[in-house]
Amino acid sequence: MFEVIDNEMLAPNLHRIVVRAPRIAAARKAGQFVIIRVEKGGERIPLTIGDADSSRGTITLFVQAVGATTRKLVAIPVKGHMRDVAGPLGMPTIIETWGRVVCVGGGVGTAVLYPMARALAEAGNEVTSIIGGRSGELVILADELSEFSAETLITTEDGSLGRQGFVTTVLDELLRDPARSPNAVFAVGPVPMMRAVVEMTRSRGIKTIVSLNPIMIDGTGMCGGCRVLIGGETRFACVDGPEFDGHLVDFDNLTDRLTTYREHECRAVAQISVNREAA
Amino acid sequence: MSGNNLTVKERLAIPRVTMSELDPSGRSGNFLEVNTGLSKEQAMREAQRCLKCKDAPCVDGCPVQIDIPGFVAAIAEDDFHTASVILHRDNALPAVCGRVCPQEVQCEARCVLGVKGKPVAIGYLERFAADWALNHGVKPERKHLPGSSGKSVAVIGCGPAGITAAAELAAKGHSLKIFEALHDTGGVLRYGIPEFRLPKEIVDTEVARLASMGVEIECNVVVGKTITLRQVRDEYDAVFIGNGAGLPVMLGIPGENLKGVYSANEYLTRVNLMGAGQSADCATPIIRGRNVAVIGGGNTAMDCVRVARRLGAERAMLVYRRSEAEMPARLEEIKHAKEEGVELILLTAPLEIIADGEGWSSALRCQKMQLGEPDASGRRKPVPIPGEIFDLEADVVINALGTRANPLLTSTEPELALNRWKNIEADEDGATSLHRVYAGGDIVRGGATVILAMGDGKKAAAAIHEILSGSVARLEKLFQAG
Repeated sequence: MFEVIDNEMLAPNLHRIVVRAPRIAAARKAGQFVIIRVEKGGERIPLTIGDADSSRGTITLFVQAVGATTRKLVAIPVKGHMRDVAGPLGMPTIIETWGRVVCVGGGVGTAVLYPMARALAEAGNEVTSIIGGRSGELVILADELSEFSAETLITTEDGSLGRQGFVTTVLDELLRDPARSPNAVFAVGPVPMMRAVVEMTRSRGIKTIVSLNPIMIDGTGMCGGCRVLIGGETRFACVDGPEFDGHLVDFDNLTDRLTTYREHECRAVAQISVNREAA
Repeated sequence: MSGNNLTVKERLAIPRVTMSELDPSGRSGNFLEVNTGLSKEQAMREAQRCLKCKDAPCVDGCPVQIDIPGFVAAIAEDDFHTASVILHRDNALPAVCGRVCPQEVQCEARCVLGVKGKPVAIGYLERFAADWALNHGVKPERKHLPGSSGKSVAVIGCGPAGITAAAELAAKGHSLKIFEALHDTGGVLRYGIPEFRLPKEIVDTEVARLASMGVEIECNVVVGKTITLRQVRDEYDAVFIGNGAGLPVMLGIPGENLKGVYSANEYLTRVNLMGAGQSADCATPIIRGRNVAVIGGGNTAMDCVRVARRLGAERAMLVYRRSEAEMPARLEEIKHAKEEGVELILLTAPLEIIADGEGWSSALRCQKMQLGEPDASGRRKPVPIPGEIFDLEADVVINALGTRANPLLTSTEPELALNRWKNIEADEDGATSLHRVYAGGDIVRGGATVILAMGDGKKAAAAIHEILSGSVARLEKLFQAG
């Protein structure tokens, strides 16, 4: 059992959860994830480790409550417990000194981006962060990113915060400006966003790293459910990733595989609503 | 009846017992255990068939060297307690082995009765005595208190190899800790072998028995990730690595990333470990499939195809490129699968998985094969029959070709010597290139069986005990003192 130390709602359905997991806190590096199970009989889901405090023995998870399991997860009160937390899994972010880098985060993807961006800044890179969401309340970690970013640019679809539009609009401007164009781009967010970023950098030959979140069970390479096509080769996101060269990712296949259990998820979420109404 | 005073002639006159089974039409719709076990009378009668050969060739056929004539004689004498105690001396998981071991190529293959007739049903008897012990709460024999030796051993992986090594070493008085990567114990016994072949209650009870011997088990620890092998070595006097199989071997044919295409590991893990498909409200989903094609011919393939049938497949098909005679699966699994309506599509190799236009599998394109000359394995090699290509309708395709080496631990410990398949290199005792680090099971062998993994765990445990308490330890002490 893993104790929840803190559970704060950052935005509607978006929570920052701090959980006690001393071994993971000590071992974890930027870019890695954990597999959690809320309760006995629950499903195993992967979540990127947003932050860790090895002296307190805690890790921080950013959770968007979209499915049945994530809804149960954000409902765990402080001093409550998660049944299982295993990790840190996956390969850490490869931190190089690129010079100027742009880190692009969309929605809850910003939480995955945050530790990568911080590690890049700590390694001496000049980091420009571009983060966005549908509306201002869904834009997270802007202050935290500002602490080490040379610039933090915000976009919202409804214009309620920062520029109106998409993160890609701002990225496009940077790419066109020789004085601001980056040597590498890190993008984490919804698949269509990552795909759009990758298409913008491809022709310019700018190295672009994306973090993929396919369906996963064990997270240790055993099942192959998280397989993705990278440069035409099958790779496992849990052991080879979750970060890959965006220019090599087959986004069509990823998008399609992510819909495998859509029907089941709709049913499970509907069931939760029914249970809540009954209660 | 005094079971051990029969003449040879009387023993030979007893027919081999038949295991009673659930009716195939009913069982193919549920996950209840197929074999229902022997009655007390059946077990005693079967045990009386044993000729008690002086050289006991059956024991040589057993990877953990159970005293087979000893426990069989005790059953014949109506002394089931003694039978179970004898079993447990050499086998940490007899209720498991009695169910999943390929006895027909091990102990029973060596039985003298098998020369002219049918061998003693050693597997059934093992299961009988082990179940009797579980049902009667027989406590493990304990000659030493846990931790009394003052030495500690870490075991990585709570599967058959690790459980065996831990049980053996705990019984010798060493303090034992098992690190398990998944959220639950048992390894392949839990995630791989379905309930209808090995009820998970048995795994629970066997693991509880281990805990009652003072063995500590910590789940959710992925050695190589959560902690390093180096950390484990620093903390314990010796280490046994039994972290099991790794990444599934992919088919390498077009369409294998379509929706509805599973590796056997994923399919079985969803159903066995996570409970998918077994209750309406299970959190973990699974695609059930009306026409399910499983590729492979081993026990894992059999498990998948029989699970698919139970999840409602109208056609549950096993696609295998050789003929039935070459199938590596246990005979009993093949028999049970056929009874349950599984179709064996033999001499057939997969070419491509065809999509339905929305990213789902709709058919498996196949190549008809024929048997040619024997290959390196001694089995006749399947070769394609030119032009004979056909499609099998399949909305779920499961690849049961096997697994590659598990890289999680080995990739983080460069000093640990690996073989060309990236499995850990270990000698007969399981000793690796690292001092006081032993290994066994699939991480050394590639894909093998539960009992071979257990045999490895047992041999390594003996070697570890020797270095911790025997002459080696004394020499090391002298060396340090000098």
